[in-house]
Amino acid sequence: MKEIETTSPACARTGIAGENSLSELPWCGKINLRGNPQNTGFLRKSEKALVVKLPLHPNTCIDYLDRTTYWLGPDEWCIHCPIGEVGNAISQAGQALGRIHHSLVDVSDYYTVLRLEGPDAEALLAKACPLDLHPRKFCEGTCAQTRFGHASILLHRTGRVSGFNIQVRWSFAEYVWDYLASGMQVL
Amino acid sequence: MLIITCPWCGQRDQSEFTAHGEAHVARPEHPEQLTESQWGDYVFFRSNPKGVHHERWVHTHGCRRWFNVVRDTVTDHIFATYRPGERKPEIKG
Ligand SMILES: [Zn+2]
Repeated sequence: MKEIETTSPACARTGIAGENSLSELPWCGKINLRGNPQNTGFLRKSEKALVVKLPLHPNTCIDYLDRTTYWLGPDEWCIHCPIGEVGNAISQAGQALGRIHHSLVDVSDYYTVLRLEGPDAEALLAKACPLDLHPRKFCEGTCAQTRFGHASILLHRTGRVSGFNIQVRWSFAEYVWDYLASGMQVL
Repeated sequence: MLIITCPWCGQRDQSEFTAHGEAHVARPEHPEQLTESQWGDYVFFRSNPKGVHHERWVHTHGCRRWFNVVRDTVTDHIFATYRPGERKPEIKG
């Protein structure tokens, strides 16, 4: 049988190294979870089955073991996990939640994550993102859904250096990449 | 550019939002009993005030939730934002 060919959304772009760097973190597993957090059964069972902590405050995310859960809305989360674990996680959580009203969707291939690092990371993002990215407002560990140019993104400041993970829809990955790369040329 | 307070995400730039017209327009309970002009009134006609206006917005690039905004249509001043189902704030225009 022919091997299935896999290409990541930004695979046509070469990583940019140097003082400011840009790369793709492809093949991260992503699960979209929806349900009512006021229903304690939903909260308890989904956290136990998915082995996560669901953040209940806007603009926050919680790392727990090897999974990170992002707040997307008052009844919506995005869970990052190793891609090989997505199928099992969804079926186990689906069984655990049973008839409790919920939604679990594998969105691993709907998005990719770009990694931007460097002393000018904030300035580069500020070219097309309206958020206040100053560390006093947007500190390490903060995440927010916002836009970069015309693309909706999920922005997460992570790491000790000035670094951001930018989750973007597959078809917007090259747009965001090229926008950031061209910004680097005119810093 | 306006700074709008999403009831969930907090203060964000206007470019993250989309406006969708007048709020609190109740759908008639029995549309089949309406005359054409009553139905047309519901579908097409809005209060279009000069001054305080209650309207629906959605945080398109953020949490993607709908909410309500009280805005002055002359000055663009935003008096309040509130979640669907919450009491309509009384604003003197
Ligand atoms: Zn919001």
